[in-house]
Parts: sequence; C-alpha cells; structure tokens
Amino acid sequence: MSIAIPVAEGLWTDEAEPRLIGGQHRITSEIVFPMPQGDAAQHFEAVPLSRTGTLWSWTSQDFRPKSPPYAGPEAFTPFLIGYVELPGQVIVETRIEGAVLADLKLGMAMELVLIEFAPGRSTFAFRPVPS
Amino acid sequence: MTTVQIIGAGIHPFGRTDSRTGRDQGVFAVRQALSDAGLEWTDIECAYGGSEGAGNADIMVNELGLTGLPFINVSNGCATGGSALASARNAVASGQCDIALAVGFDKHPRGAFNAKPGDWGLPEWYGETGMMLTTQFFAMKIQRYMQLHGISRRTLGMVAEKAFRNGTLCEHAWRRSPVDLDTILNAPMVNDPLTKYMFCSPAEGAVALIIASEKKARELGADGVTIASIAVRTRPPGSFEVFAPAISVERGGKPTELASQAAYEAAGIGPEDIDVAQLQDTESGAEIMHMAENGFCADGEQEQWLAEGRTELNGKLPVNTDGGCLACGEPIGASGLRQVYENTVQLRGRGGERQVPGNPKTAYSHVYGAPGLSAVAILER
Repeated sequence: MSIAIPVAEGLWTDEAEPRLIGGQHRITSEIVFPMPQGDAAQHFEAVPLSRTGTLWSWTSQDFRPKSPPYAGPEAFTPFLIGYVELPGQVIVETRIEGAVLADLKLGMAMELVLIEFAPGRSTFAFRPVPS
Repeated sequence: MTTVQIIGAGIHPFGRTDSRTGRDQGVFAVRQALSDAGLEWTDIECAYGGSEGAGNADIMVNELGLTGLPFINVSNGCATGGSALASARNAVASGQCDIALAVGFDKHPRGAFNAKPGDWGLPEWYGETGMMLTTQFFAMKIQRYMQLHGISRRTLGMVAEKAFRNGTLCEHAWRRSPVDLDTILNAPMVNDPLTKYMFCSPAEGAVALIIASEKKARELGADGVTIASIAVRTRPPGSFEVFAPAISVERGGKPTELASQAAYEAAGIGPEDIDVAQLQDTESGAEIMHMAENGFCADGEQEQWLAEGRTELNGKLPVNTDGGCLACGEPIGASGLRQVYENTVQLRGRGGERQVPGNPKTAYSHVYGAPGLSAVAILER
C-alpha cells in the first residue's frame, strides 16, 4: 500500500492515520470537500476533516463505469460507494471498503482508510468501524 | 402579459431510429406540429430549440426553409426543452411575436451517460475512482429516502411496471411490451436498490410545440391548450444533486420544490387541482420522490398511493401517462418537451387508449436534471 500513488495531491493528510482535507470558508465557516482549486481557493482555508463519521446513504456499483474517466482495473469487480457524514463538517462521497451490501445501515459508524483502487494507485474510502 | 397557448404539437417516436439523425427527428416533429396547427413554416415568427448531444437546432432552417426568422439555440442540459419552451412562451407573452416554436431533440449512444469531470467543474479523480455516474446519485437519493420514509422495493418495482404498461398504449413510446413485477424486481442490479428495469435509458427522439397568443389562436380557430405557468429553477444551498463529491451538513431546499412552488403560485392553483401529471422518472425512485417534491403527497405516502393505484391512468392522479422516461427513454433535449406534449394530448382528449377519463382540465409536467435544475409547466384547458 505504501508504494501506491495517490489519485490526486491534497486529498488527504500525510500522517499515520490520514485525514481528508476540506476547505473552510473564511467568512461563512462552511466546510466543503475537496479543497477548492484555482481562484476559488483564496476564500477557503485547508482543514483536516474527521476520520470518523456516520453512513448517510449508499449504493452498489454493479457495472464497470466507462473509461475514461474510470481508471479502475479492466477486470471489473463490483464495489460499494456512499456518503459519510462527518459530524458538524461535511457529508463526503466515498468508496466503501470492508463491507457487503447487507452490512450497511443508515447512521452506522464509519472510519477512513486508504485503498488501492487500481494497480499502484490509491484513493480514500470509508469502512464500518470494527465493533 | 398576454395569455399564451400551445396550438400545435408534434413528436418523433422515441427510442432508436438508425436512419435519422437527431436533428432530422427534430425536423420531423416540427412538420408534424405545423400540420397539427394548420400552419406553414413561413408562419413561425421566432424559434427556440436545442439538443444536448445532437447538434445545433438552428441548422434545421436548411430543411424547413430560409425564412429569416430569429432561431435561438438553447443549451441547458436536461432543461433544454423546458428552457426553449419558457423562452418561446415569453416571446409571445411579451408581444415580441404572435407565433413561436419550441423544439428539442437528441440522439445518444447506448449505455450510461459518460460525463467528463472537467465539463462539470469537477476534479479528474472523481471520475477516475468510479464515483461520477448519474445512476449512483439516483440510487443513493432513493436509498436514503426509503430508509427514512418506509418506501419498499416492491413499490419501486410497481412504478416501473406501470410505466411499461402505459407504454404499451402509447405510439411514441420506445418500450411497448409489458414487464411483470417479478421480472423487474429480479432483474440484474445496476445500483442498489435499482435494477435495470427501474432505470430509463439514453435514447433518441424529438418534440416540437407551436406557441401562440390567445388572440392569434382564436383567429386560427386552433385547438389550443393554455400555458398557465412555467418555472425553471436551479439548486439552492444545501440541496443534494447529481455529481456532488460532498454535500453540506446543513440540509436545504430542492430545485424541484422551488420550481413547483413558483409554478403553482403563477398559475394560482395548487397540487390538489391537478388532473394529470408527468414527473421526471429517470428511475423508479425519482418518480416516487418527485410526487412529494411537487406537492402531490407527503413523504412516505407514496407506498399507499401505489398500492391503491392512485397514479394509474384511471386513478386520482394519473402519473406518466405515456410511460414516462422509463418507457420512452431519455433523449435529454426532447425529454422535458415530451412531458408537455403528452399533457397537451391529454387535455385535448386525444390520448386514445391511454386517455385519462373525466376530461382532465389541468396538467402538470416536471423535468429534473444535472447539475440540479428543474422545470415545471402547468397547462390548462
């Protein structure tokens, strides 16, 4: 995992337990994800987000998305995605790891992990917090 | 403002027509609308039209005639048709002209829509990691809604079953064979909880509507239907829309609710006054949620509505009488105008086997699309 290259720079912090990096609006304090780029970035301050949250919604991806833009393996394995609410911050769309569809329940506790979504490339995901 | 009517309606059958380009299907629809209104192309004083992926509309003058009319291309995603109609209506209502055309057409390749992140102001990683599909949004919106409001998978299936049943009675529909509930529920999953029969498919088709002032309509002796109101709205803060890498924890309004309320207010009527409705049914869950967002029922009541058949052709509020997007497919530029076409058919009493009984007097249409916009039109007879 350590050799996988992040799908993009600046999505998560470089620390033992990585956190997503959001943008907090300098006036309204509203938090967005990802951190805005270009001219819009000047209105936001980069802030690390909570590593844990609760499941807001989810679905399965049962067919291979078209490439481009999809950069996952040619041999397709269905995966799960969802939205995880980071309390008081923002609700982020994410890959879901370490679960099957039947495990997923509204409001269940989730935590951030990094996954290799394509050979040598990593992205963020959330998985149910082990009980 | 001048009262405005639809005096001519034309449609090219939806689905797949390999022998015609999208624009040729648009020309077909315009000619049919002209014939329906008893007019010639030279009578049209201004035109608004567009497509999402089948080229510019104004080139149609090559086939229709170089009359010199102003022809405005509209490119507004899923609201292309609705925006064209709103523009044509405004042109007539303002007195700029007496007879205007709104036309929408499209022709999409097979398979799910394939959006490019950059076109939507989104980072490449969002698409690379497999999260940029419109179908995922609809699945996650209905998934949460089902959990919160007690909607069952069976009810999702019943929406699709109704769509295909209505489609069998509609000459412009693409899917014209019934599909039984078990087949719908047990079909391959696309995005849980939605199976392949619960999603509409990108398709082809065209619709043209001819708009005239009430005075002109009377002079022509037209079989007109009044446009009581049209409202197009984009998303407010805190809404949940297609292609959102993140959403606010402060939940806000919805573009459909804004457009709906504006349309009711302008028409001076409410949801209880509507006799027939066409609601955006990109997938089964969308029709369910849009019933509530457009004010027809409270969240969760859809379960009972479907069980009691209230949205069937002979129900209290028939919904998607031509089979909607599920049976007709979705050519983006034409889809919103198809709903208005179908409402025009119903109010004129020309629905044949799918005619809603009891001489409907009011009809409602609602289109929704990326990146969070809705258009509502209310017609009256």
